[in-house]
Amino acid sequence: MAKFAQWTVTCLTAVGLAAGLSGCRGKDAPQDTQIVISNSGSDTMVNLAQMWAEDYRKVRPDVSVEVAGGGSGVGIRDLMQGIVGIANASRDMEESEKQQVKQNTGKEPVEWIVGYDALAVYVHKDNPVDSLTLEQLAAIYAEDGTTENWSQLGIDIVAAGGKDEIVRVSRQNSSGTYAYFREVVLAKKDFKPGSRDMSGSKDVVELVGKTLGAIGYSGMGYATGAVKFVRLSAGEGKPAYAPSVENVAAGTYPLARSLLMYTLGEPEGAVKEYLEWILSPAGQDIVTKSGYIPVSAVGK
Amino acid sequence: MSRSNQRSEDDKRRARSLSTRVRSMLHLLSERTIVSLIFICGVSAVIFVFGIFFFVFREGAPFLRHGFDAGGFFLSADWFPTSVINKRYGILAQLAGTGTVTLVAMLVAVPFSLGTAVFIAEFCGRKTKEVLKILVEFLAAIPSVVWGFIGLMVMNPLIVKLTGAPVGLNVLNAGIIVGLMSVPIIVTIAEDAIRAVPDAYIEAAEALGATRWQLVRKVVLPAAKSGLLAAVLLGVGRAVGETMAVLMCTGHSINIPFDGTPPYFHVLDSVRTLTATIAAEMGEAPRLEAGPDGAYPVEAKHYQALFVIGIVLFVITFTINVTADLIVKGIRKGK
Repeated sequence: MAKFAQWTVTCLTAVGLAAGLSGCRGKDAPQDTQIVISNSGSDTMVNLAQMWAEDYRKVRPDVSVEVAGGGSGVGIRDLMQGIVGIANASRDMEESEKQQVKQNTGKEPVEWIVGYDALAVYVHKDNPVDSLTLEQLAAIYAEDGTTENWSQLGIDIVAAGGKDEIVRVSRQNSSGTYAYFREVVLAKKDFKPGSRDMSGSKDVVELVGKTLGAIGYSGMGYATGAVKFVRLSAGEGKPAYAPSVENVAAGTYPLARSLLMYTLGEPEGAVKEYLEWILSPAGQDIVTKSGYIPVSAVGK
Repeated sequence: MSRSNQRSEDDKRRARSLSTRVRSMLHLLSERTIVSLIFICGVSAVIFVFGIFFFVFREGAPFLRHGFDAGGFFLSADWFPTSVINKRYGILAQLAGTGTVTLVAMLVAVPFSLGTAVFIAEFCGRKTKEVLKILVEFLAAIPSVVWGFIGLMVMNPLIVKLTGAPVGLNVLNAGIIVGLMSVPIIVTIAEDAIRAVPDAYIEAAEALGATRWQLVRKVVLPAAKSGLLAAVLLGVGRAVGETMAVLMCTGHSINIPFDGTPPYFHVLDSVRTLTATIAAEMGEAPRLEAGPDGAYPVEAKHYQALFVIGIVLFVITFTINVTADLIVKGIRKGK
C-alpha cells in the first residue's frame, strides 16, 4: 500500500504543479494582452534598434519591441518566414530576396530609410596611415588585389613597432556590411581569402584595436579609443574625407549607406506607429546618440 | 474467542490477501514498465545516431546529387558560398584548419594528460589523488565559450608579445586551448586504463627490484597501451568536434597554414575549422526548397554545402571511433 500512496502523492504533485504553472500563466495574462513587435537583422543596427526599443517603452508602455541581431540576411529571412514584423538591414534587399518574400508571404516588402551610416575603415591608433583611396582598399581586400604589405602603400609600420604584413579583418559572408563592402569597394568581386572573418561589427573594431598591422571595416558607431578612422577618397588625386555626419550629409564620404527597415506590405497598427515614431524627431535623436546620421541631415 | 472476533479476523485475512494480489499485480506492472523504459533508453542512443545521420544526410544530399565536384570540394581552398560573380565551395582550408588545430591540441594534451594520469594512478598519495581528480573533473565543467574567452583575452596578447606574430588568434592559440579542453577526457580514461593493469604485474615488477620509473615505463604503460590509445583517440574526437572555442581563437580565416618556405607548417597562421564554418554561417544560410522542376535555386547550395561539411565531420569522427575500436580489439587478440 505504501507504494500506492507514493504513486498517489506523485500524481497529486504533478497535478498540483500543472495547476501552479497554469496559475502563473493566468497571472501573466495581462502582459499577454501587450502588443509585441519583433525585430531582427543587421548587426550594425542592433544597438540602435535596442535603444529605440527601450525608449519606445517609455512612450508606449503597452508595446514591447523585441530586438535580435544576427545579420541583415537573418532579418530578411525571418521576415520571409513571418517570425518578425520588421527586418533591419544595412544593405538593400536583393531582387532574389524580394521574389522570395513575395513567394512565401504574398506581400511586397516595403523599405524604410531610418538613418544613415558611414561604413568606416578602421586601423590601430598607432598606425601612421592617414588616408586611402577606394582602389587601394580594393587592392588590399579583393581576390585579385596585390597589396599584401603596408610598405606597398608607402607606410612604414615597422618603425611603429609592427609587422609589415597587412592583417585584413573582415566579416562573415552573410553580413550586410560584408555585402555592402563587396558591392561598393570591390565592385562585386570576391574577397581575398585569408582575412580574419569576425562575426560581429564590434569584434572587428576590437581585433583592429589589439593589432597594430590590422585594417578592418565596420559601422562608424563602433569606434573606440584604440582605433582610428582612415580618411577615404573616391580616387587618386581626389580629396579624402573622414566618416562624419557633415561629410555624409554633404555626400562627400564615399562609403555612406542607408540604414533600412523592411516590413511586409504597408504596415498597420502598432508597427506603423512604431515606424512613425522612429522617423519622428524623438526617434531620430537616438540615431544621432548612437553615432549614426539622422535621415533629416542628408539632403535628398 | 467470540464469533464476531473470528469474523473480523477472516475479513482482515481476506483483505490482506486482496492487497497482496493488488500489490503483486502492481509489482508486475511496474516491473514491465521499468523494463520497457530501460529498453527504450538503451535503444534511444541508436535511434538518435541514426536520426541525426538521416537528417544531416537528407539536408546535404541535394548538394551531392546535383553536379557535385568532389575534386573542387575537397581539394580547393576557395570558399565563396555567397559570392555574386562566382560561387565556389572548397573546404580544403577548413580541413587543414581542423587538422592542424587537432594536431597541436594533441601535442599539448597527450603528454600533459598521460603524465597526469600516471601521477594520479601510481605516484601520489590518496589525498592528493582525490583533490587532483576533482580538479581535473572541474576542468571538464568549464564551458567552451569561457575557454574561447580565455584564448581571446589572455592568450591573444600573450602570443603577440612572446612570438611577435601580427595576430594572436591562430593555430597555436586554438591548439593550446583545445588541448587543455581535451585533457580531462584523456586523463579520466587513461587513469582507468592504468588502474586496470593487474596488480600481479606491478607486484612482480616490484619483487624484481624495479624502480618506480622502470615500473611505469616498462610495465604499466605497455600493459595499459590499448586503453591509453582509446583515451587519446577520444581526445582527438573531442578536439575535432570543438566549435565555440575554435571559432573565437583561430582567427576564423580561410588559410592553409602550410607552404614551401621553412618551417613549412606555420603555427602562427590564422585558420578556420569545419565546425566553426558551420557555426558562423548556418544561421544565415537560407534553406530553400526545390522548384517544380526539381532544381534548387543557386542560393540553396550554401545551406546544403554546410550540411555536407557536417557529413564530412560525421565521417571523420566515425572513422576515429571505429579505428580506436579495431586497434583495441586487435591488441586484445594479440595478447
